[in-house]
Amino acid sequence: MNHLDDYDVIVVGAGHAGIEAAHAAAMLGARTAVFTISLDFIGNMPCNPSIGGTAKGHLVRELDALGGLMGRAADETYLQSRMLNRGKGPAVHSLRVQTDRKRYHMVMKHLLEQTPNLYIHQAEITGVDIADGKVRGVFTNLDGYYGAKCVVIATGTSLGGRIFVGSAHYDGGPDGQHAATALTECLRAAGLPLRRFKTGTPARVHRRSIAFDRLQRQPGDPDDQLQPFSFLTRTPMHNKVECYIAYTNPETHRIIRENIGRSPLYGGLIEGVGPRYCPSIEDKVMRFADKDRHQVFVEPCGEDTEEMYLQGLSSSLPEDVQNAMYHSIVGFEKLEIMRPAYAIEYDCVDPTALAPTLECKAVQGLYGAGQFNGTSGYEEAAAQGLLAGLNAGRAALGKSQLVLGRHTSYLGTLVDDLVTKGVMDPYRMMTSRSEYRLTLRQDNADERLTPIGREYGLVTDERWAVFQRDMEVKAAELKRLEHTTVKAAELAPLCAAAGVEMGATGGPAAELLRRPGVTYALVAQVIGWGEGVTPMMAQRIETEIKYAGYIARQQRAIREVQRRETVAIPEGFDYSALQGLTLEAREKLARIRPRNLGQAGRIPGVSPADEAVLSLALRQLGR
Amino acid sequence: MLDLNRTICALATPPGEGGIAVVRLSGPAAYPVAERVFRPANPAKKVAEAKGYTALFGHYLLDGQRMDEVVALFYRAPHSYTGEDVVELSCHGGRAMADGLVQACLKAGAAPAGPGEFTRRALENGRMSLTQAEAVMEIIGAAGRQGAALAAAQLGGALAGRIGAIQADLTELASHLAAWVDFPEEDVPELEPARLDAALAGAEARLQQLIDGYGAGAVLRHGVDTAIIGRPNVGKSTLLNLLAGFERAIVTPVAGTTRDLVEQAVMLGQTPLNLWDTAGLRETDDVVEAEGIRRSNQKFEEAGLILAVFDGSAPATEEDRALAARCKGRRAIAVLNKEDLTAAPGVFDQTLLEGCFDRVVTLSATEPAARDTLAQAVDSLMGTAGLDPNAGALCSQRQLAAAVAARDALAGARQARADGFDLDAVGVCLDDALEALCRLTGEDAGEAVIDQVFSRFCVGK
Repeated sequence: MNHLDDYDVIVVGAGHAGIEAAHAAAMLGARTAVFTISLDFIGNMPCNPSIGGTAKGHLVRELDALGGLMGRAADETYLQSRMLNRGKGPAVHSLRVQTDRKRYHMVMKHLLEQTPNLYIHQAEITGVDIADGKVRGVFTNLDGYYGAKCVVIATGTSLGGRIFVGSAHYDGGPDGQHAATALTECLRAAGLPLRRFKTGTPARVHRRSIAFDRLQRQPGDPDDQLQPFSFLTRTPMHNKVECYIAYTNPETHRIIRENIGRSPLYGGLIEGVGPRYCPSIEDKVMRFADKDRHQVFVEPCGEDTEEMYLQGLSSSLPEDVQNAMYHSIVGFEKLEIMRPAYAIEYDCVDPTALAPTLECKAVQGLYGAGQFNGTSGYEEAAAQGLLAGLNAGRAALGKSQLVLGRHTSYLGTLVDDLVTKGVMDPYRMMTSRSEYRLTLRQDNADERLTPIGREYGLVTDERWAVFQRDMEVKAAELKRLEHTTVKAAELAPLCAAAGVEMGATGGPAAELLRRPGVTYALVAQVIGWGEGVTPMMAQRIETEIKYAGYIARQQRAIREVQRRETVAIPEGFDYSALQGLTLEAREKLARIRPRNLGQAGRIPGVSPADEAVLSLALRQLGR
Repeated sequence: MLDLNRTICALATPPGEGGIAVVRLSGPAAYPVAERVFRPANPAKKVAEAKGYTALFGHYLLDGQRMDEVVALFYRAPHSYTGEDVVELSCHGGRAMADGLVQACLKAGAAPAGPGEFTRRALENGRMSLTQAEAVMEIIGAAGRQGAALAAAQLGGALAGRIGAIQADLTELASHLAAWVDFPEEDVPELEPARLDAALAGAEARLQQLIDGYGAGAVLRHGVDTAIIGRPNVGKSTLLNLLAGFERAIVTPVAGTTRDLVEQAVMLGQTPLNLWDTAGLRETDDVVEAEGIRRSNQKFEEAGLILAVFDGSAPATEEDRALAARCKGRRAIAVLNKEDLTAAPGVFDQTLLEGCFDRVVTLSATEPAARDTLAQAVDSLMGTAGLDPNAGALCSQRQLAAAVAARDALAGARQARADGFDLDAVGVCLDDALEALCRLTGEDAGEAVIDQVFSRFCVGK
């Protein structure tokens, strides 16, 4: 064994979680190394070639507001951009882009290479050196050893990865990489509760074999409506490609049903738990037998490739069945499969073994992020990566840790759900998971998080200056709207043209914006667009005025929650001595070890009565 | 303050006549106390050796005297109601034997249990949840038989059933909204506005029913403070005696005889009343009577039900008019008392009662049948008449607060619809309502919604 170097922070894996973790730690000034089995797969997208989507788009904006990379890379490599959920309310507007997956990899690799304090290594990590409950370093498959104060595990589906296609199965990682097979045992020995999850991906097919004229077109938003992910991106945007929609039919479903016994999932080969929201096509057909069709989205993988991705057709059926079912779909009659669909099983940790800092409770200095923590999705992974990397870096530098409350962000909600409630299947972010979603909008992520990112050392001077300028623009525009009167006669014809009832009277612009259907764009036609107001800022201002009542109510709820979160529970608090708890609550509290009363109350099985008992005991303790 | 080192004892069955009376001992010294009090019929058996969930037959001793026959039931901690060592001694019903047994236990070293102390110990020892404990406490405090059934129904889950049904409907709505929002590209149908509005209104109405029932439920458990009021010598005390069933207030034909407030708890129809006869209302120079009037005025203000008595056989006076006016806006019944029900109608001008009272009954307080006449009016007014004690009703302030919060959140959702807000605002209100209900049932609202998203809709790539 060769002791090759010593780092403050070592990140294991350079997928979406590993990238943000390595970048965050290095940006703090921690001497950081990132290890990956192959440098050619940094920021790889082994599943769909897209970034964002409902709630995931929020996470990307939040990451960007904190100083992360994902938003910038997505803005550089998008092929088509759409704002989902327009018309369903500003709280749930969600940005999603199709990306050029190879270019995304290249951009991310280059961004890491340009990051100061960051060292990139190609090697498989085979073990973490742990002594006295503390991390000391890592071992590589090349017989190397690197010392480290903190280690972030971001192994994705590579940890103990196993591929399934029909009856064929073998050890392997995503996209033809090899699996990391040695690390699991070491982590298990360190006391981490490990488990097996499963996910899958559909086939990649050749563009020339699709009859696009028989499919439904799905264009992106008009160019003048496009919004970037990053608060720093101010360049004009342009959609380059179209996507298409195909549909399965009863014949497709018959083929699947007749061959269901050949699925490793139904045949019992796969033991891992798959994500509920990402069902394979055979799952959809078997579980929703009454549906006579399912959608298939046909998405380009990049500008320099003919490969197309078939979203909605993930499967682990044998290749011959895949061929037969694809060919039964209108427009896919002559489909050429280039990479067959496959399922992949992998090792991950029960996230209740983690603290809200994403550090393992059992091992000081060992952090987890991404699929290893039981989540699914690039965006979920990246967001955790940033938090884990930030905290690992700060721990290595002897600084305090960051815990993000549920009320601050989707990221805070995600982490709280993971460590407090745990997961039964791979966790996907959803807007309905946030009780504060009218406040936690994608348009105001910078206001919520950039000051925190600045305080904790991730936000650069450049980003901070942009943020401050944006806040000045917003304040000035709000003031202008309050003080500019709009005459009914001026606005009425515009409203009539837009089919909006504006009411009989005019008034201050801000007042008019409170009326249903009256938008900033309408009002701006009378009083002009505000100085420096971007379409994104216009949306934010309009929402904050319209939803002021709801936002104020959520703020009150947040203050109440914060009050309970300030009641800290001392580390090592003895629940066994606490009379009045139900047995279930006692067991759960002792295992999860919540940090405060608020978190304790969110643990499933801890009732308001248990919380009351605990609150009483903590009060007595405080005396 | 709860002292778990004490061993407590109390009569566990209702006081008074009954087939069997049970005295319960709970605490670390339950067995030693029982040993001093109870002699097994079989001398080979020892109390100290009795296993949990077993019984012994024998008798109890008071001051060395052999008293009633007793069956002793043994429970070993933690497998008992309170989670402590418990011995239950059953003797024959009747005040004397049961009181003797309690006395014997107290002399043998047990301390008298405070109200609800067994339940508080059960709670402290993790033997029951707060909701269960609340229901048990309500049983202990239940005023009438129906009140006890109401509290028992809650333990059996009737309330949980009613709340659960509302919760299920809201969860279905919320999960549909969530699926529609979180999976915009899947073919999740949009929630039809008419269906959404109807479901919101329906759930709100059912919550309102529960909330309305709370008042009646509380009346059943605690009784309603009732003021009997009227000018002197219209028959208030006669009415009180009719209701109470015996001579309670001093009744004389001399106006102003009632000098003091007289309290009496009675069961009238389905409704337990805490009756207050009040000094006759009139201007007076008599100091004692003036004090009575002052207190009677105060009682009038505090009462939950007012029985205003008028002399139906005489023309109305100014005082009658003033009294009627005071009852306006209160829960009040005008009792038109006549010595002779066949006397000429129209002597008393009933129009002055209009708009001031919820009900007007005509009766003769000296006739026993008058009790039923008044009972019907009271039950219908208090809402206790149609209340099914087994239907499950809110039975604590905590539950009421949660139901009110849920109702208000739904009202907010409907307001958001009316104000033209997008469904994101509606969804947040809906979540608030679910969250409030889940505080009662202890479920996780968010997880329930997400579970349904995936079980009801085929979503995901």
